[in-house]
Amino acid sequence: MRRSFRSSLALPVLALLIAASCGPSGGAPTGSGDKPYAGTTLRVLAANHPWADALKPLLSDLEAKTGIKVNFEQYGEDQLTQKLTTEFTAGSSDVDAFMQRPLQEAKLFAQSGYYQDLNKYAKDAAKTPADFDLGDFSKASLETEAVGDTLTGMPIVVEAEVLYYRKDLLQSAGISVPKTLDELKSAAAKLTDKGKEQYGFVARGQRSPAVTQFSSFLYSFGGDWFDLKSKKATLDTPEALQAFNFYGDLLKNYGPPGTLNMSFPQASAIFAQGKVAMYTDANSIYQNMLDPTKSQVADKTGIAPFPAGPKGANMYNVTSWGLSMSAKSDKKDATWAFIKWATSKEIVTKTQSTGAVPGARKSVFETTEGKSKFPADWSTAQNASANGRGYDRPLVVQVQKARDIIGTVITTAIEGGNVQGVAKQAQSDFQALLDSEK
Amino acid sequence: MGSVARPAAATPPRRSRAAASAGFIDRNAKWLFPLPALAFVALLMVFPILYTAYNSLTGWDLGTGKPATFIGLGNYATLAGDGRFLAAVGRTFVFTALAVGVEVVLGIAIALLLHREFRGRRLLTSILLLPMMATPVAIAMVWLLMYEPTAGIVNFLLRQAHLPTPLWIAGPDSVIPALVLVDVWEWTPMVVLIALAGLAGLPSDPFEAARVDGASGWQVTRLITLPLLVPTIVVATLLRLIDALKTFDIIYGMTGGGPGFASETLNIFTYQQAFQYFSFGYAASVLIVFFAIVLGVSLLFTSLRRDPARPVDEQRPVVVEQPSGV
Repeated sequence: MRRSFRSSLALPVLALLIAASCGPSGGAPTGSGDKPYAGTTLRVLAANHPWADALKPLLSDLEAKTGIKVNFEQYGEDQLTQKLTTEFTAGSSDVDAFMQRPLQEAKLFAQSGYYQDLNKYAKDAAKTPADFDLGDFSKASLETEAVGDTLTGMPIVVEAEVLYYRKDLLQSAGISVPKTLDELKSAAAKLTDKGKEQYGFVARGQRSPAVTQFSSFLYSFGGDWFDLKSKKATLDTPEALQAFNFYGDLLKNYGPPGTLNMSFPQASAIFAQGKVAMYTDANSIYQNMLDPTKSQVADKTGIAPFPAGPKGANMYNVTSWGLSMSAKSDKKDATWAFIKWATSKEIVTKTQSTGAVPGARKSVFETTEGKSKFPADWSTAQNASANGRGYDRPLVVQVQKARDIIGTVITTAIEGGNVQGVAKQAQSDFQALLDSEK
Repeated sequence: MGSVARPAAATPPRRSRAAASAGFIDRNAKWLFPLPALAFVALLMVFPILYTAYNSLTGWDLGTGKPATFIGLGNYATLAGDGRFLAAVGRTFVFTALAVGVEVVLGIAIALLLHREFRGRRLLTSILLLPMMATPVAIAMVWLLMYEPTAGIVNFLLRQAHLPTPLWIAGPDSVIPALVLVDVWEWTPMVVLIALAGLAGLPSDPFEAARVDGASGWQVTRLITLPLLVPTIVVATLLRLIDALKTFDIIYGMTGGGPGFASETLNIFTYQQAFQYFSFGYAASVLIVFFAIVLGVSLLFTSLRRDPARPVDEQRPVVVEQPSGV
């Protein structure tokens, strides 16, 4: 019995192994001429992001040009990270390309060996024609995607922090658009009338999401997360404390109730309902305020550069999303063909003009099509941010842990708690985190 | 299994082999038939628990980039000194006690009210059970909107009534009660359902006897119905207790553990450690502690149940006699 059972099992298992080893391999061009990758299917993991929504309908164009069929899966930001980490940790080779947030994940993923270095493809004349024009991507955006010598992904979405404001409210109160943080504070005070449910200012107050939008305040007060060279945390410096208190006071005194539970969907919603006069957040979400189908104050909202603090206007200006190739993909040439296509001038122009997603290609912003979706004051603010900082959160591996440590100080400031004490604790927690990465 | 083996073993002594395998099956039937179930339990329940236990003894952490090494009880030592973890344990118990307490009392009360004949009873019962049928994440989204302090309907109604408007889930002090309210709304129907089943199964003679003896409605409820219902109440409480301890969806969907860490329960804490910080070893140690807590609470509760339940059965005649004395 035992032997017969084993032999009955052996055949199918052998057949299975043979079948598996004969499967489609490589992903190198199989056909020639028109559709070099006919019959190749790629699995691409993307986020629920306007860029992905804009790209999805264009995928048929890729198939027509190259024969590549793309299985396009979309997830929420956190779920995407979770999905990628789980699949990569398990050593899966199913994922070919994926969207990632370089500032959030690049160091962690690079350290774990998840990325195919794209320099090998983007800088190889045989694989990438000259008209792809790598130099067209802003230098800062490529730097954000670089971890050491590895190019972890092609930049696809850029964003900077700006000030959204209600033109009508400022005008009727006789206030000009704040150019400094002090002016922002006094304007917020004047425009707050809690009895009428009118509030001067709103921004993110949720522990972790607040950190990125707080960063411009921190930098403009002259602070930073830590010293890059010495790896010393700087969360309890006088500048940092000033920034924490300033941000907390603004939301506590002039913000709507419940800011502690607000990330951008909640904060932009309350602005769009006309209850708030000013709001600082990323310029990439401007449609939440300016699209008449989403906002009751679409025609009354203006966009201005982030106001200057005591140490100047140091807003962040970052690559928020990139498109990467998995190191384990067994169809790398086809995957590069997809990434090359998705980040080409032609397609970026389309995602930027139909999807209103600001891309990283300089030349596209100079075309009429590329500019068409963005209001004039959006572009002015974008240009004013050109020299902003290339990071909106600390450049560490354990980004999420760091954000939670820093976010605790922000929420304490909003609640009006002991900022100095909590900042001191955060300083030592963050230092421990930095030390663990040495 | 024998039939599977047969085609491959296509050799002359077929019959004897078939007979042998039939004999094998006969002799081992008691092992063979439960095998699929045993395999299921072993693969999907026992193995994950053991693997988690093993991981909890390693320093597996993607963030540090170091290989997962065996560190013994190191993670547990860290846990003992982790204020965020200890606070999460306390919060889990507070949430569970509040939610289960209210649900059981309210659920039994509603069941007693429904356990009578009146017009529209079936319709009312069906409507009451609806919250339980809804998807938890959808429930979270709806309550999120209703709780919005400025634009939400809850505070709108309170303002109309000139009542104070709390911050609900946006306030560090009000977030747990606000979440308990959602859990109560969602899960009281389950207690109602169990209690109604329990009520339907009660013997009718004690009630007839009590009525003959002239007991009032309240006396019948207090002295007969509730004592007889104790086993049902215990089961309902136990089920809700285990569920409430591991509540994840509504908290994750509504607050993500915030504001600050004010609603971070054990499950949310574990999720953060595993899928936000990628500290898999540490997260595994939290899970093992959590497993022990749930197991401990369940065992404690079932042992409590055994003692009072038996006297209730024995007391039954006594209880019935009491009203006559009143």
